[in-house]
Amino acid sequence: MFFRKVAIASALAITAAAGSAFADCEINARVSIVGNEFAAIQAVGAAAQECTGASVESNLTSEHQTINVAGLSGNPSEYTTAIIANSSIVALMNEDVIRPLNDLVEKHGDGLQASQLIKIGDNIMAVAFMANAQHLMFRKDILEQAGVEVPTTYEEMLEVANAIREQGIMQNPVGGAYKAGWNLAQEFNNMFLGYGGSHFNAGSAEPNINTEAGVNALNMMKALSEYMNPDFLTHDSNATNAEYRAGNVAIMNMWGSRASQQTTTEGVLEEVVAGHAIAAPLTVGGGSTPASTLWWDGWTVGKNISDAEAEATFIAMKHGIRPEMLNEETSPLAVWLIEGYEPTDDAQGVFASAQMGTTPYPMLPYMGLMHSALGNELADFMQGKESAEQALADAEAAYRAAAVEKGFLE
Amino acid sequence: MRHKTFLWFFLPTGLAMLLFIALPIVSVVTQSIFAPHQAVLIEVENCTPLVGCTTETTIDQEATAQLRAEKPLGRFVGLGIYFDRGHLAVTEMKELWTTTDSIGAFLSEMGNLPFYRAMAFTLTFVAVVTPLTIVLGLIIALAINSLHRHLKGLMIFFSLLPMIVTPLIGSLILFWMVDSRGVIGSALVALAGDPDFSLKASTGLMWVALMVYGVWHAAPFAFVVFYAGLQTLPGDQLEAAQIDGATRWQQVKYVVVPHLMPLVTFVALIQLMDNFKVFEPIVGFNAAAHAQSLSSFIYNDLGGETRQLSSASATSVITIIGVAILLSPVLVRTWRDFKGAR
Repeated sequence: MFFRKVAIASALAITAAAGSAFADCEINARVSIVGNEFAAIQAVGAAAQECTGASVESNLTSEHQTINVAGLSGNPSEYTTAIIANSSIVALMNEDVIRPLNDLVEKHGDGLQASQLIKIGDNIMAVAFMANAQHLMFRKDILEQAGVEVPTTYEEMLEVANAIREQGIMQNPVGGAYKAGWNLAQEFNNMFLGYGGSHFNAGSAEPNINTEAGVNALNMMKALSEYMNPDFLTHDSNATNAEYRAGNVAIMNMWGSRASQQTTTEGVLEEVVAGHAIAAPLTVGGGSTPASTLWWDGWTVGKNISDAEAEATFIAMKHGIRPEMLNEETSPLAVWLIEGYEPTDDAQGVFASAQMGTTPYPMLPYMGLMHSALGNELADFMQGKESAEQALADAEAAYRAAAVEKGFLE
Repeated sequence: MRHKTFLWFFLPTGLAMLLFIALPIVSVVTQSIFAPHQAVLIEVENCTPLVGCTTETTIDQEATAQLRAEKPLGRFVGLGIYFDRGHLAVTEMKELWTTTDSIGAFLSEMGNLPFYRAMAFTLTFVAVVTPLTIVLGLIIALAINSLHRHLKGLMIFFSLLPMIVTPLIGSLILFWMVDSRGVIGSALVALAGDPDFSLKASTGLMWVALMVYGVWHAAPFAFVVFYAGLQTLPGDQLEAAQIDGATRWQQVKYVVVPHLMPLVTFVALIQLMDNFKVFEPIVGFNAAAHAQSLSSFIYNDLGGETRQLSSASATSVITIIGVAILLSPVLVRTWRDFKGAR
């Protein structure tokens, strides 16, 4: 369904683009952007800065989430818009610093697709422009050399890893962003959802991770880590990618947003460039939902600014994600949700994730606390210091303390 | 009259201290005894790209805004946050005390609680790094002081380098060296004869690396202070000692070190404080899996997707209390010396 929509949309866009290739963007109040720093978001920020009539400032930094709540509080606030993902919008909504966009969408929203609008109840709270998911990246040359098929499940991935090690091709063929903290917790989330777990009891903030799915997820992660570089608890996705590019890793679960730059950065070994391939995310434990999460990135408009600033912000940000901003340079940077986007080869992993019904990252007010608790407590199990049940009980207890403090639990 | 003069003399300092020390502490204490209001949760239909619409839980903003308007400080929780599992874990400790049958089991179970585990590392770090820093700083100062004057400037510069390098960069450099593909890491792999040997995967070795970094980084500070002190050495006393036939070691032990004693106290005070707040190497070494400190807890509380201000404030207050306890012996001693001098 999504593919068809994209196809129709692109046909429409080509006709539309001919008419308004250089749509002007005129604003009359300041715009100030805060957001994450990667190529796709930089492209959006740069396009928004084409607007004239008032200043458009942007502060794109990987530390965006430590400043966006503070930067959107205060009246008038420092920033007028924050570029966020489905995990980080929650913090902004919890603090009530972003405004519903219903009236602005009605007034200026032509050209946005219905699927881009993030609706919480009746309110449109954000406009999404790209999708992301973790999926398989592997070296087809190594897999061929080892005489194994491309895995579709984590159980098969273990077999592949074992074959590669047994044949002496690589000592630690599996890569994984297992750095203690956010990354490790994210890998647990993937695996846990793949085993059919759900983090909370339905409709409440009560944790629900110390379950069979939780234990299975941890045991699978432990089994995979046996085939990883022994330093795995210090490897984030950057370090894991570096290992892959250096030819030390043959197979890994990696972010789709990195796919287009995977082999184009400087210093990537030739055999890695030639052998690089991507595929759909893996399932686990006989489940049909991939052990991965689906993400979107989008922008919001601050609440503590004047209506004129909000309107200018909406116009500029919409200009930043207008169909005409897609060109040869920007198209491969992400899996755009923008009208007229034609998926490149690098996008197939994320598209496969969407088609396979990958669970979206939970957009719950207390998910951030759960993620932090998991990140702090699971490393003990991965080091073999305690049992899976104990680690999960610890994570639940740590989460509970935080949730009581934040008023989500009594 | 004398008191009045003193008052005017002290007023600017006093005001600055009130503004920059007392008020922030009051603010932190206030934040630590108030927590956000109970969240009013509602179920709504969420619509997102690629997925469609699902029923999800979210916060009822209107109801929450009303709660916030009524009581802007939040919900009074008293010492609740200090006693929760993330901090002193009072309930968990009581339970452990009744369920475990030996002190050993109790202590090992206690290591599962984040606060006590962090204290175990922090106190070990303080106890090891502080004396080693002082001893190493003294040795460097004595060595450089005995150099020919043409060499001194150059050597002082090189000895200060670890302190000049930004802490995070310094720890990152060491971190890369101990990586299993780094210089020291590969050497250790070769020495151990085990291709899977990893310093970063071992808690014990990681602690050692952190402490080595701590000493490496802080020794120049101790060195500079002691070197300055050495320039005021009483020449006649040293000469007298030499005439009496004191060896070099005896001169250091009976003349130099007693002369530098006030400086040793000073360095010890600063180092106790700094080491108790150990933070940069834990981040630089990606050591979160092996070592935590109160400062890294604060960092985690404020760096997560949902900020925990009350928890971070409580940890800050505990840090202040911890530093005060650590410094108390030195402070008491200084106070006694001061009274004795009068």
